[in-house]
Amino acid sequence: MNTTLRRALGAAAVTALAVPALAACGGSDEAKETDGGKTVTLVSHESFVVSPDVLKEFTAQTGYKVKMLKSGDAGRAVNQAILSKSHPQGDVFFGVDNTLLSRALDNGIFAPYEVKGLDRVAKEFRADDPEHRVTPVDSGDICVNYDRAYFTDHKLAPPKTFDDLVKPEYKGLLVTENAATSSPGLAFQLATVGKYGDDGWQDYWKKLKDNGVEVVDGWEQAYNDRFSGSAAGRKAKGDRPLVVSYASSPPAEVQGMKQPPKSADEAPTGVATGTCFRQTEYAGLLKGAKNAEGGKALLDFLLSKRFQEDVPLSMYVKPVVTDAKLPELFTKFGATVDAPQTLAPEKIAKNRDQWVKAWSSIVLK
Amino acid sequence: MVLDRPEITAPRDRGPRRTGVRLGLMAVPLAFFGLFFAYPVAAIVTRGLKTDGRWRFGRIGEVLTDPATGHVLWFTTWQAAASTALTLLLALPGAYVMARFDFPGKGLLRAVVTVPFVLPTVVAGSAFLALLGRRGLLDELWGVRLDNSVWAILLAHVFFNYAVVVRTVGGLWAQLDPRQEEAARVLGAGRFAAWRRITLPALAPAVAAAALMVFLFTFTSFGAVQILGGPRYATLEVEIYRQTAELLDLPTAAVLTLVQFAAVAALLLVHAWTVRRRESTLRLVDARRTARRPRGAAQWGLLAAVLAGVAALLVLPLAVLVLRSFDGPDGYGLAFYRALASAGDDGVLGVAPLETIGNSLAYGLAATAIAVVVGGLAAAALTRREGRLVRGFDALLMLPLGTSAVTVGFGFLIALDEPPLDLRTSWILVPLAQALVGVPFVVRTMLPVLRAVDPRLREAAAVLGASPLRVWREVDLPMVGRALAVAAGFAFAVSLGEFGATVFIARPDNPTLPVAVARLLGRPGELNYGQAMALSTILMLVCAVALLVLERVRTDRTGEF
Repeated sequence: MNTTLRRALGAAAVTALAVPALAACGGSDEAKETDGGKTVTLVSHESFVVSPDVLKEFTAQTGYKVKMLKSGDAGRAVNQAILSKSHPQGDVFFGVDNTLLSRALDNGIFAPYEVKGLDRVAKEFRADDPEHRVTPVDSGDICVNYDRAYFTDHKLAPPKTFDDLVKPEYKGLLVTENAATSSPGLAFQLATVGKYGDDGWQDYWKKLKDNGVEVVDGWEQAYNDRFSGSAAGRKAKGDRPLVVSYASSPPAEVQGMKQPPKSADEAPTGVATGTCFRQTEYAGLLKGAKNAEGGKALLDFLLSKRFQEDVPLSMYVKPVVTDAKLPELFTKFGATVDAPQTLAPEKIAKNRDQWVKAWSSIVLK
Repeated sequence: MVLDRPEITAPRDRGPRRTGVRLGLMAVPLAFFGLFFAYPVAAIVTRGLKTDGRWRFGRIGEVLTDPATGHVLWFTTWQAAASTALTLLLALPGAYVMARFDFPGKGLLRAVVTVPFVLPTVVAGSAFLALLGRRGLLDELWGVRLDNSVWAILLAHVFFNYAVVVRTVGGLWAQLDPRQEEAARVLGAGRFAAWRRITLPALAPAVAAAALMVFLFTFTSFGAVQILGGPRYATLEVEIYRQTAELLDLPTAAVLTLVQFAAVAALLLVHAWTVRRRESTLRLVDARRTARRPRGAAQWGLLAAVLAGVAALLVLPLAVLVLRSFDGPDGYGLAFYRALASAGDDGVLGVAPLETIGNSLAYGLAATAIAVVVGGLAAAALTRREGRLVRGFDALLMLPLGTSAVTVGFGFLIALDEPPLDLRTSWILVPLAQALVGVPFVVRTMLPVLRAVDPRLREAAAVLGASPLRVWREVDLPMVGRALAVAAGFAFAVSLGEFGATVFIARPDNPTLPVAVARLLGRPGELNYGQAMALSTILMLVCAVALLVLERVRTDRTGEF
C-alpha cells in the first residue's frame, strides 16, 4: 500500500516539476508584450503565411516586432473580429475577402487610414475609396482544376468554361465544396451567379447536379482525397479529374515534385480558365487599436515590394501592386485568367444567406 | 458527513471543520468552472438573446418550431445512441481481456487503443476515407463503400471511443476481487449467475459512466460527422458551429446551445438516477494480482478475437496514415520527415514542426496539472454525497463535455476581454480550455473508485484521531493512486489531440501539433500533405510513448520520493 502511495506522489512530483518549467516558457511570451509599445499585433486567419525574413525586415525598418494571432478560416476570423470589436485583440486585421467585406465594414470594425503607395494598386482591386477603411493586399482566383493525365488518356479535351461542365462528356467528373461551409465552394457558387445572373444560376446547378457533380464539405477533402490530379489524391485513389480549387494550385502541385516538368503543358494539373471567380483580400486598422502607429506602419509594409513579392510562394496568391514581380514558378506554371467573375461586395452581403440556402436545397437534397 | 450511520465522534469535535474542509475542496473547482465555463458561455448566449438591452425570448419559439431544428436534433440523438451501443458491444470484451488476462505487450496494447482517442479528427477522417471511401481498401477487396454514409460515422465513433470504455470499465474491473465470484461458484452458483450477481452490479457504475461519456462525445461529435458524413448530415454541434462561426447568427446559435444544454442536463439526470442506488462498497484489490495468463481454448479464443477486432478497427486506419507518411514523391522513404526538419523557414507554421511537438507537450502537461488538481478536488468533495447540492455540482462538471467548442471559444473572446482577465492572447488560455474537457474525465475515473472505498476504514482512522486530511492521505490516496494515474493519462491524452477548443483560441503563433497538421492539410501540394501525414504519425508516437511512460510511472517500484 505504501509503495502505491509513493508512486502516486512520484507522479504528482513529476507533474509539479513540470509546472514551473511551463510557467517559464509561458513567461517569455508575456515579457514580449510589455516592451513599451514596440509590438504590433496582427490578427488573421490560419492561412496567413509570411516568410520570417520578410517580417525581420519590417522590424529592422520600423523597430516594431510583429505578434501574430491566427484563428480559423477567413469567415470565422472576421466574425471573431466583429464579436470582439469593443476590445479588439490586436492592431491590424488581415484577411477580409470581397465575399465578407460588407459584413466587416457594416459592423464598423475598421478605422480609416490611407496607406502609403496605394496609387500602385491596380484599379480593379480598390474598394472603399475614398474612406480607406481597408487596403487590398493580395488577390487570387478560384477555378476548376483538371487532371491532365486523365484527359490525355481518355482523348478528351479538358473543359474550359462553365457551359462545358454540364456537357455529357464530363458527366460524373467534377467534385466541388459545400458552399455553406467552404470558401472556395462559396466562391464557385458566386461565380455561377455572376455568370448566369440571379435567375439563371439555379437552373445551371440543377444541370450540374444531373451531370453528376459531387459535393464534399471542404477543400482538403475535395483536393487531397477526391481529385485524381493531386499527388495526395492519387495516393488516396481519388477518381474525380475535375475539382474546384485555386488558379495557383498547379504551381503548388509542381513545387513539391522531385523532377519538375519543363513547361506548364507537362504539369500534372491545369486550370479551366473560363470558370474563375476573383477573390481579393483586404487588411485594415482595427478601431480601438492599442498601437495605432505601429498598425499604420504595418499596413504600409503590406503594400511594400518586399512583402508583395513574398505572397505568391507563401500564400499562393498574387500581389496587387503593379511593380511586384511574380516568381518563376508562377510565370511558368501559373494560369492567366483574363475574365474572372466578380460580384459587388454589397450584393454578396445582401443575398449570401438566401443564395446558400437555395443552393443547398438544389444540390444537397 | 455520513448521515445514515450513527455518528462516530472522534476525541475532539470537528464536525464544523469537516464541513469547512468539504466546502474548501469545492471552492477551487467551482471558481474554475464559474470563471472559465459558466461566465463565458452565459456571455455568448446573452449576446444572442439580448438586443438593445431587451430579452428576445420569441426567438426561442421561432428556432424550436423550425423543422430543420427537429431534423438535426433527431439525427444527433439516434446516431449517438447507435454509436454508444456499438462501442459498448465491441469494447466491453476488450475491457474484460485487459482486466483479467495477463499477456505480453498488454501495456503497449493499452497505449495503442488510446491513441485514436487523442488523434485530431481531421487526421482520422482522412485515414477512414482511405479505408472506407471510393477505391479504398474495402472497396478493392469486396466492393464496399461507406463514405458519406452513417456507417462511416458510427465506425469512426467506435474508433475514437473504444479507449473510453476499455479504460473506464477495465480500470475498475481489474481491481475487483475475483475471489468473490469464486466464492459464489463454490456456493453453487453457475458461472453466468455468479458474474451477473457479483461482477455486473459492481461494474454497473463504471459501465454507465463510460456509456454516458461515449454518448456525450458522439452527441456532440463534430469532425467525424463533417468529414465522413458529407454535407448531408449535421449534428447539433455542427449546426451551432455554422450559425456562430459562419453565419454570425448568434440568436439561433444561442437557442441551439440552450437545446444542447437541456439535452445534456436530461442525460445527466438519467445517469444520476440509474447510478445513485447502485454504487456499492466494493472490495478493491491490487490490479496486478487479478490478471492471469489465459487458460483453455475459450479464453485464448476471446483474447484472439479482441486482438483481431482492435487490429481491424483501430490499427488499420492508423496504419494507413503511417504508410502514407513514408510514401514519398519517389517511392517509400523518409522524404516527408526530412521536409519536416526544414519546414520551419517557410513561415507556414512560423516554427519548426519539432517545436509544435514541444508546444503540445507543454500545453498537455499544464492542462493535465490543472485538470488533476481541479478534478481531484472535485472528486474528493463528491465522494461523500450530501443531497441535491452536491449532485448538482457533479452534473455541472460534466456540462463542458456537452457544450460546443465554438460556444466556449467565442465566449472566451467576448467575456475574458478586459484586464485583469484579458486572457485571450495568453498562453494559459489553451491549457485552461483543454482542462475544461479533461476535468470530467478525472472526476469520472476517480469517483467510482473513491466511492467504493469502505467508509469504515475512514471511520476507524478518524476514531484513532486522524484529521480528515490525514484520513484522505492514508486511506483514500493509496487506493486511488491507480485511478489518479489513469485519470492523469486521460487528461494528458485529451489535451494532446484536443483540437476543438484550441482551434477557437487565437493565440501567438505557437501552434500545437494538431493545429499544425490541419494547417498543412489546408495547403495544396504533395509535400504539405505528406508532412501532415508525417506529423500525424509523430503525434501518434508521442501519444503512445506518453501513455506508455504513464503505465511505467504506475508500476515503478523505485519511487523514493
